[in-house]
Amino acid sequence: MVDAADSVLPCICGTGELIAVGSDIRKLSLLLLFLPFSLWILLLIILPHVGMVVLSLREKVAPRVYEFGFGNYIDFFMEPIYWNTLIRTGLMSLLVTFLALLIGFPVAYYIAKLAGNRTKGMLFMLCLIPLWVSDLIRAFGWILLLRESGIISSFLMSSGLIDTPIEFLYTDATVIMGLVYTVMLFMIVPLVSTLDGMDNAMIEAGYNLGGNGFTVLRRIIIPYAMPGIVSGCIVVFMMTAGSYLTPILMGGKNSSWFTEQIYDQFISRYNWESGAAFGFLLLAFTSVVVWLGLKLSGQTLSSTVAKS
Amino acid sequence: MLIRGTGSGAGSVLFKLYVLAFFIFLAAPLLAAGMFAFNDSQFPSLPWQGFTLDWFFNDTEPKLGMFHDRRLLRGLNVSFMIAVSVALLSVFVGTCNAFLFVRGRFPGKNFFYILMVLPLVIPGVILGISILALASNVANGVEEAYNLELEFLRPGLLLVILGQFSFITTITSLVITARLKKFDISLEEAAFNLGASRAGVLRTITLPFLRPAMIAAGIVAFLVSFENFNTTLFLVGSDAPLTITMYDRMVKVGSTPVLNAVSVFLMLGSGVLALISLLVQRDKPKT
Amino acid sequence: MTEHAFDLECIDVSRQFGSVRAVDNVSLSIPRGSFFSILGPSGCGKTTLMRMIAGFENPDHGDIRIKGKSVLKAAPNKRNVKMVFQHLALFPMMNVHDNIAYGLRCAGVPAAEITRKVQDVLERVALPDVAKRDIQQLSGGQKQRIAIARCMVLDPDVLLLDEPLGALDLKLREAMKIELKLLQHQFNTTFVYITHDQSEALVMSDQVAVMNQGRFEQVGTPQMLYQQPETAFVAGFVGDANLWHGKVESMTELGAVLRTPAGTALQARLAGSQRCRVGDEVNIYTRPEFMSVLPSGGETSNNAGTRGTAGADNVLEGRVDSVLFNGANSRLLIRTAEQALVEADVTLTGGSDDIKPGEAVKLQWSMQQTLCFPASAAQAS
Repeated sequence: MVDAADSVLPCICGTGELIAVGSDIRKLSLLLLFLPFSLWILLLIILPHVGMVVLSLREKVAPRVYEFGFGNYIDFFMEPIYWNTLIRTGLMSLLVTFLALLIGFPVAYYIAKLAGNRTKGMLFMLCLIPLWVSDLIRAFGWILLLRESGIISSFLMSSGLIDTPIEFLYTDATVIMGLVYTVMLFMIVPLVSTLDGMDNAMIEAGYNLGGNGFTVLRRIIIPYAMPGIVSGCIVVFMMTAGSYLTPILMGGKNSSWFTEQIYDQFISRYNWESGAAFGFLLLAFTSVVVWLGLKLSGQTLSSTVAKS
Repeated sequence: MLIRGTGSGAGSVLFKLYVLAFFIFLAAPLLAAGMFAFNDSQFPSLPWQGFTLDWFFNDTEPKLGMFHDRRLLRGLNVSFMIAVSVALLSVFVGTCNAFLFVRGRFPGKNFFYILMVLPLVIPGVILGISILALASNVANGVEEAYNLELEFLRPGLLLVILGQFSFITTITSLVITARLKKFDISLEEAAFNLGASRAGVLRTITLPFLRPAMIAAGIVAFLVSFENFNTTLFLVGSDAPLTITMYDRMVKVGSTPVLNAVSVFLMLGSGVLALISLLVQRDKPKT
Repeated sequence: MTEHAFDLECIDVSRQFGSVRAVDNVSLSIPRGSFFSILGPSGCGKTTLMRMIAGFENPDHGDIRIKGKSVLKAAPNKRNVKMVFQHLALFPMMNVHDNIAYGLRCAGVPAAEITRKVQDVLERVALPDVAKRDIQQLSGGQKQRIAIARCMVLDPDVLLLDEPLGALDLKLREAMKIELKLLQHQFNTTFVYITHDQSEALVMSDQVAVMNQGRFEQVGTPQMLYQQPETAFVAGFVGDANLWHGKVESMTELGAVLRTPAGTALQARLAGSQRCRVGDEVNIYTRPEFMSVLPSGGETSNNAGTRGTAGADNVLEGRVDSVLFNGANSRLLIRTAEQALVEADVTLTGGSDDIKPGEAVKLQWSMQQTLCFPASAAQAS
């Protein structure tokens, strides 16, 4: 028996840090631990983002002369290509997220609940392998498979199914497939870890109490896996919306992904002010979507992503 | 839906086929990228011209192998240096963060914890441009005011390292925090009770317990840094890491099988590292 | 007496957590080489008290002395008080030898001496061949002994044990009780043993302190606690007891006569230093083994089939609700006329005269075995 109240009390009131330490030492060590954290968050996350917002609010009125104003944002909303691209990026990212969930959930369920202990570990590792390979190589692999002179096209030719080579690349469907592929693991890993923590007896009880496969899935498994689902969806959505390589390489120059616009403003046109505005818009847009998703699913950021 | 033990019949077979198809889908592009490294042809495409290792070891054009390609080797070297720095830095800060959030008690802890997780969900492109913009602004400001050129704030190795570090630290923090949460505080008390000093407890008890997680986090950090593209793209200077070098070549020169050879090399390297990280994380049976 | 007569003394020790008084003015003094237990329910403050002795907590006021010297200023790693933790806290990344050598290394003992001492202590706990084993390879009882050896190798003034048997299964726990007592004899070191399990405390200890809500209710030998509980809490917590609630109707030379709300009259003697007057609300306790169970209508002096040999100051009629068979320690649950369940111990022989569920029976017991406490002091259920 654990003497619960006895052992909890010191934890509430002590530091959990080593015991009976002078409070000065305790404060000092807390401060020392806080230092790297605050430097990191302040210098590399907060300040750059504040800087980005400030930069985005500068309008170029003449060479090397700037004025405060919303011109960059106004430009964005006045030019349909820009905001169309943002909307398109958002919608396609949602589609990718949904597809990744749809395809990944059964696989995660299989790994967590159906596979034997040995196969489970092996399958999970197999799932992780592409994670360790760069986006670039994965996209490169798809290109070799799907392009006009690629493996699939050649294979279909030699088997006599088609007469002329087919170009599978540079379509929206290819981009979506490539993105689903790229982010799949970030969906499966949180799903497997939540489903793994679920007691099989809960599912058995669901059947035992008269549920059929569908009710058990809807009433027991999915609610239980919700934190994992939401966590996977958030990460996948953000990754998709922020991805750059896959749309460019698999969708070609016409893939119209919003990150391309940012790159374009920054690197090609050297218009940092408008690039910063675009970056802030992307961040705001994706954050709003994630926030909406959290509200709709009744989860919080700390109960999902932060838990993994 | 089924649970183990009840799986039989057509449904179960279909389910297995689905999972099999999924893994084929996962493996397909990797196999495609890998196989042409061994094809004795100028182009990474069918038909198969016979097995060769030229794309790794040949030292003359036109089939210059990757181990003789100066630019690729330089990229590899740069990537390696960046990845090692990022791994060391982020494991150090990640360990501090783990202690801060598991042991520390301070107001606003939840808020700070969310701040810590946040970089993981910020698109890498935005991290890249915001750090680039800030660094350039500071550098420009200093240049105008003091006529001092701060070279390290211009796109280059340091900015790449900082940019990658900014979100990889979240990953290492989460990994190490998870391990520290499992630590039984009475082990520290026992060591203290047996006469160890504060530093001694940390050195002989707590850090050895965290070591597997620190190694695993370091490997993850190394790999994520090695393969990073989005953030690096904006911060890179004259010393391009491997992914950027490969991308340039893919876009400008078109794909050649030497890129496949690099892919195979990277896949093998990552595989070995991933395996090591799994091995060190494997816990001995619990006491 | 020399100042070393007591290995451990606590003087008016208190510790407050927020609004909770975890330890409230506790004083104790433990003579050399004895086995002292602190017995109490979860949350009574016993763990806090022990953590203060070990130095993991500081008392708000009061003093803790080891061998006569105050240790309040000494950090936990400077006190010669060693502790066996609840889950033992053996270091999983070290083998047995390194676990035991840990404290010696911290003290800077030369390597050769460490090897000798470790081997020596392993022999004393009767595990001479496990030095090279990993902790995970040991059985529960072996881990227990290694945890003790790890402390004893440092030759502590006092060894604290925090419910170390809690995680063991029943059989092993019984065996370890005896073994702990033997180890304590062998090392001849003062053991302070914390537990919520009364049988552990009673079996092993020279002295037991019963703790409740941060205070010591009673300190004494196991026999004293069992036979002469001074407070209602001790009567209820140590051993099993039947409890009645009632109002004192009259006082006699020997004790009190009280009446329960249902109207039954019962006689009881006043426990220890307790006082009460006519009209006071009181609780009375009787242990199941002091109750005689007779077939209903039988003669009052007939003891057939029961263990009790008591007089018949108190008599109750009832019906057997159930029989809890446990060999020689079998017990009856008897529902009395006032619908209370009363427990009584019987020996079931398996013969035809054994009491069966549903039978009407008569319960009788002596007022000498019935203890009366004022209700205001009673916290036990």
